[in-house]
Amino acid sequence: MATLVQSELVARGVIEAEALIRVEELHKYYNLGETRVHALRGVNLEIAPGEFVAVMGASGSGKSTFMNLLGCLDTPSSGHYLLEGVDVAQLAKSELATIRNRKLGFVFQGFNLLARTTALENVELPTLYAHLPKEERAERARRALEMVGLGGRMEHLPSQLSGGQQQRVAIARALVNHPSILLADEPTGNLDSRTSVEIMQIFQDLNDRGLTVILVTHEPDIAHYAKRTVVFHDGKICRDEPVVNRPRAAEVLRTLPSLAD
Amino acid sequence: MDLISILRIALQALARNKMRSILTMLGIIIGVGAVIATVGVGQGAQQQVQDNIASLGTNLVYVSSGSVNRGGLRLGSGATKTLTYDDMKAILQESPAVASAAPGSSAAAQVVFDNDNWYTRVNGTEPQFFDIRSWQMASGASFTAGDVRTSADVAVLGETVRRNLFGSADPVGETVRIGNLPFQVVGVLTAKGQSGMGADQDDAIYVPITTLQKKITGQPWLQYIVVSAVSQAASYAAQDQITALLRDRHRIHPGQEDDFQVRNLADVAQLADQSSRIMTLLLASIAGVSLIVGGIGIMNIMLVSVTERTREIGIRIAVGAQEDDVLKQFLSEAVVMSLIGGAIGILFGVAASLGISNVLRWPISISRVAVAAAVVFSTMVGIFFGYYPARKAAKLDPIEALRFE
Repeated sequence: MATLVQSELVARGVIEAEALIRVEELHKYYNLGETRVHALRGVNLEIAPGEFVAVMGASGSGKSTFMNLLGCLDTPSSGHYLLEGVDVAQLAKSELATIRNRKLGFVFQGFNLLARTTALENVELPTLYAHLPKEERAERARRALEMVGLGGRMEHLPSQLSGGQQQRVAIARALVNHPSILLADEPTGNLDSRTSVEIMQIFQDLNDRGLTVILVTHEPDIAHYAKRTVVFHDGKICRDEPVVNRPRAAEVLRTLPSLAD
Repeated sequence: MDLISILRIALQALARNKMRSILTMLGIIIGVGAVIATVGVGQGAQQQVQDNIASLGTNLVYVSSGSVNRGGLRLGSGATKTLTYDDMKAILQESPAVASAAPGSSAAAQVVFDNDNWYTRVNGTEPQFFDIRSWQMASGASFTAGDVRTSADVAVLGETVRRNLFGSADPVGETVRIGNLPFQVVGVLTAKGQSGMGADQDDAIYVPITTLQKKITGQPWLQYIVVSAVSQAASYAAQDQITALLRDRHRIHPGQEDDFQVRNLADVAQLADQSSRIMTLLLASIAGVSLIVGGIGIMNIMLVSVTERTREIGIRIAVGAQEDDVLKQFLSEAVVMSLIGGAIGILFGVAASLGISNVLRWPISISRVAVAAAVVFSTMVGIFFGYYPARKAAKLDPIEALRFE
C-alpha cells in the first residue's frame, strides 16, 4: 500500500514527482466470453523526462497492451498510471482525449495518415482538436514538416510519398502539438533497413533536444538506438537495462550504401 | 472546432465520393421538390377555386321565394307569391349588414332575330344586379335606372344567346323580339362559363324588372332578391337580419316555416376552399413520405461511410478528437447533404410548379412557408437520420478502429 500513499501524495502535490511516467502494479485483462485473458500481470515502471526507451517482447507478451495504456487509448483494469503526476487511470474519456492531444504524440507502424489529404493537412489534424487559431495551425504544421525534412512536400498526398516520407509526415503530426512524450508503435515495421535508420535518426535528434521517446519494437537492431530497453514476457517486465554501445543513427547512415532510386 | 472548419471538412468528405453523395442527395431533392411542387400546384388550384367563387360573389346572399304549406301540401320553392319589391326596399333600409340589393324575376321565352331564334330565360332586374354579381359587359352597357322607371324595351344578352342569334356579329343597337315584343340590345355580358352546378350562366337575357313584370309575365311578385353584404364575413349577419326581417314582414309566427329561402354563398366558398386545402395537405403529406425515404437513404449511406472510414475515425480519436468532435463531423456531413439536397430540391420544386401551372394555366403560387418548411424539414431529416451513424462513429474504440483494415 506504500505505493498508493505515494501516488496520493503526488496527486495532492505534497511531494514532487520526478518521473514523467510512473506505472504501479498495472493489470489489464480482457473478458472474451467465458475466458479471461490476462494481458498485463502487474507492471511497475518509471520513466524520467528525456529518456529514450525501447519496449520489446514477443507478440502476446503484453507490450502492445502496455503501449495502448501509456497512450491513453485504453484504461487499466487495476493499478495506477501517473503521467506527470496525474493518475490517468481515473480520468474520463474526454480528459484522456485531451491528454492524447496535448501531451502525447503517436507514430504507428502503418503510418495511419488520412488518404486523399495533403501532408500539411495531415499534420494539422491534432491542432484542429486543440482549438488553435487557423494561422497558428498552419504555421505549426509547416514548422513540424520542416523539422522532419519535408518542407518541400507539404502539398503532397500520402499516395505520392514513399514509406519513409509518410512515416516522417506521421512524426511531424505527432510533434505538432509539442507533446511531452512521443509514442512509437513499430514505426520501422513497414520500412526497409536504411529508411528505418533514417527514422531512428529523427528519433535520436528529437530525444537529444529533450523529448521523451518510447518505442515498441521487436527488432533488437532498432531497440539499440534507444537508451534503455524494457523487455516484456507474459504480461510482466522480465528485463530492464540500459543500452551499452548505443550507435548514433547519423553515423550508421554514413556507412550504409545509399539506395539510389 | 469552429463551424467553418466543420463545414469545410464535411464538404471535403462529400466531395471525395461525389457520385455517392449526389445519389444520396437525390432522395432529399425529390422529396423536397415533390413537397414544394404539390403545395405550389395545390395552392394554385386553391387560388383558382377561390377566384371562381369570388366571381360568384362570396359576399352574396340569395333570397328566393320559398315553399308554402297549404293544408299539408307543400308546393316547393318558388311557389309562394309573397316576395315583393317592398321586401327588397325594406332589406336595403333595415339590415345594416346589407350593402346593395337587386330584385329578380324570370320567365322562359323564345327570342328571335332575323331567321334565328333561341329559347332562353328572360330575367327582369335592376342595373345594380350586374355590380352585385360583378359581371362585366363585353360590349355596350347595362340598361339604366331610367329604363327601369320607364319600363323601356331594352335587353342585355348573355354570351350564349348572342352567339346563337348573331354568330360573330356585335348585336349592340340591333333589335330582337322576345315573344312578340321588340327589344333593343344595349349590352352583351362577358362569358362566365358554367356555374358550379353545371348550368350555363351565359344562356340568359336581362331586361328591366318593370318591363318583365308589366309586359311579359304580368305578375308583380319577385322570384328572388340578390343581396350583397358589406363583406364576406358580414354575409352571415345579413342572412340572419334578412330572415328576421322577412319573417316579420310576412307575419310568420314563431314555429311556422319560412315562406322564403335565404342562402349564403360564403358557405359554398368555404366548403370549396376547405376541400382544395385538404387535397393540398394530402398531396403534400404523400410527398413528405418521400422526404423521409430520402432521409433513410442518408442514414444508410452514412452508416456505410462510418464503416468505411473506421480507420480515419481511429486516427482522429488517437490524435485527440473528442467524441463530440467526431459526432459533429459526421452529423454535419449528413446535414450538409440534406441541406444541399433541400436547396436543389427547392429549385426543382419551383421549376416543376412553374411548368405544371404553365401547362394547366393555373395561377403560380410558390409558398414561402413551404420553402421555409422544406429547409427546416430537410435539416431536421439530416440531424435525425445522421445522428445514429454519427454516434456510432463517436463511440468507436480507437484501438479497434486503428486495427481495422
